[in-house]
Amino acid sequence: MIKKLLCALALVITCSGAHAAGGEFPLDKAPNRISDLAALQNGAKLFVNYCLNCHSASAVRYNTLKDIGLTDQQIRDSLLFTGEKVGDLMMGSVSAKDGKVWLGATPPDLSVMARAKSINAGPSGSDYIYTYLRTYYRDTSKATGWDNLAFPNSAMPHVLWDRQGPRELTTTTVHQLPAQAGKPAGWERIVTTFDAAGYVTSNVEPLSNYRGKESVDHKFKALEPQRTAAYDSDIADLTAFMTWMSEPIQQKRKQIGVWVLLFLGVFFVIAWRLNASFWKHVK
Amino acid sequence: MAGEKSVETTGLLGWIDRRFPLTSTYKAHLSEYYAPKNFNFWYFFGALSLLVLVLQIVTGIFLVMHYKPDAQFAFQSVEYIMREVPGGWFIRYMHSTGASMFFVVVYLHMTRALIYGSYRKPRELVWIFGVGIFLCLMAEAFFGYLLPWGQMSFWGAQVIVNLFSAIPFIGPELSLWIRGDYVVSDATLNRFFAFHVIAIPLVLLGLVAAHVIALHEVGSNNPDGVDIKAQKDKYGRPLDGIPFHPYYTVHDIMGFVGFLIIFMAIIFFAPEMGGYFLEYNNFVPANPLVTPLHIAPVWYFTPFYSMLRATTDDFTWVLAGSAVLAAIMVFLRVKGLMKLIAPVALIAVAVLLRVIDAKFWGVIAMGGSVVLLFFLPWLDYSPVKSIRYRPGWHKTLYGIFFANFIVLGYLGTQAPTDIFNLMSQVGTLIYLAFFFLMPVWSRLGTFKPVPDRVTFQAH
Repeated sequence: MIKKLLCALALVITCSGAHAAGGEFPLDKAPNRISDLAALQNGAKLFVNYCLNCHSASAVRYNTLKDIGLTDQQIRDSLLFTGEKVGDLMMGSVSAKDGKVWLGATPPDLSVMARAKSINAGPSGSDYIYTYLRTYYRDTSKATGWDNLAFPNSAMPHVLWDRQGPRELTTTTVHQLPAQAGKPAGWERIVTTFDAAGYVTSNVEPLSNYRGKESVDHKFKALEPQRTAAYDSDIADLTAFMTWMSEPIQQKRKQIGVWVLLFLGVFFVIAWRLNASFWKHVK
Repeated sequence: MAGEKSVETTGLLGWIDRRFPLTSTYKAHLSEYYAPKNFNFWYFFGALSLLVLVLQIVTGIFLVMHYKPDAQFAFQSVEYIMREVPGGWFIRYMHSTGASMFFVVVYLHMTRALIYGSYRKPRELVWIFGVGIFLCLMAEAFFGYLLPWGQMSFWGAQVIVNLFSAIPFIGPELSLWIRGDYVVSDATLNRFFAFHVIAIPLVLLGLVAAHVIALHEVGSNNPDGVDIKAQKDKYGRPLDGIPFHPYYTVHDIMGFVGFLIIFMAIIFFAPEMGGYFLEYNNFVPANPLVTPLHIAPVWYFTPFYSMLRATTDDFTWVLAGSAVLAAIMVFLRVKGLMKLIAPVALIAVAVLLRVIDAKFWGVIAMGGSVVLLFFLPWLDYSPVKSIRYRPGWHKTLYGIFFANFIVLGYLGTQAPTDIFNLMSQVGTLIYLAFFFLMPVWSRLGTFKPVPDRVTFQAH
């Protein structure tokens, strides 16, 4: 019976594997900086300076940033620009209505975005944010002049572009051509390059004797590698901040959890021995 | 004194006992309620469901103090509980994890009843009240899931309420009446809140009381399915029985702590449980204008949801064919009045299966697969209660049934594909066949002799 159960489960799991493989852009793993206060503070600074102009984090009060090591005075001096108080919620300055008119979509509230973008038994929302903010490329054909690999046709332009520095994107696609009358299916490789200014060049070449699968491969070439590397680190900090913000209690919750489980472990031993002493006379 | 009852107790307790059956109730349900001494691991889950019920009610009371049942504020008020109410995150996680764990323990509790024949005579009412509790629990979970007002809350409610519109003639009006609006809205949220915090819990508590009273009236079953009341000592106490208190109270405390270790580990280290206890998409506020690509109910509904999705137009041919086959079988095997009535009814069902829209039959498959459980005591004709004394291939059938239920549950969480749809259709047939053919298969095979006394190894 157990064997049959296992077989059934194995079947289900293999099917699901095949199912999960289709589609979505592969996400990079976000570095774990959730307990790095300096990183969280840098992330907070970036968040307030760049994101908060259009987005809100309406569940978060500025003074909760004391949890990541800032003082009220520091919050006032470096994060509040337009007369808010430290007890205020992080509200963006663009109304939902204006956002819809200007950008075509209301900028979503970011309070719990790092949780919302997670996928069941898949990459976390942090991975999504970390990848999304690092896969913008210039494309002159788009209204904002930008497009994104992780979120194609994103309404948001690349707000942090000056920090990332210029980059080129090269996309290599290998795909099979449909078989035509009398001719077997052939293969071709398409190499598309978006240069740093967003102009596209495309090159198609047929492949003979290709024995492989269809594939899509994206490569970014940083024209100022140092700037781009610093940007990647900044985005890791910003991601860490947004992850912290989505559940500020997370770190403390895990710390308390250890003590709770230790207590219950001891309690279980007592309950177990108590039970045994009652039942030892039952024949 | 005239009119006063004479009791054995004295002092304050005596004073109370002359006015209220305190001591006699305590004895009848705890200290002199004899439970079989051979309870195994499976018998923890009844007491555990009671523990989770209490946890849900207590945490629910605290959540209601801070939650706002208003489409404008509901989502924000949940985040407010998570961030600004002292300990609010812990209470909310207990409640959200508790919902899933309630179904975990109840499913295991039902599995126990199934394998040891706990629904058999004389425990039919215990079982029926239990299935009633299960239905209430599903309603409670469904209404409660709208309250956080996230995308999955909204669209889940939208999908499920729309199902009612598949009912012929009254459907569209009925679903409108349930929603109180043309789409799920503030009006819906308010009434679901009322159902979740008052109406259903009241019914639930009543049914739980009835379940326990009925159980204590007939006595607990046990893993051997042996009637312990058949063998009594000179004081009239069952030889294989043991007072519930202190023996099972102390035993259940151990079970409670063991359960709490798992429960707290989830709350403190994986409250979302990988997106299965708290769905990630529910961290996006409800938006009537954006339909999520993939709407999946929470895991505990997915086996039934799979059966709903499996019932496509093609599949009603299979079901209609099965009904015709059943009609022929009944006609050939059954004698008396039912020889005509049952086949005619089955043929009528077969015709209706092709006349009425498949969506309606999907709803019937989903609801019917739960309602079917009510009839279990009258479907099982096996001469023994417990699986221990059934033929080996019965055990295989039960194994297939449980594995099938898990597979259906898994399929319900996934986006539909051709192969998955086919699998859920096969799964639905297995589920239905298990119950509908039970009167036939449950009496077949070589049963092992049931002992007079329970099998028990001293601890």
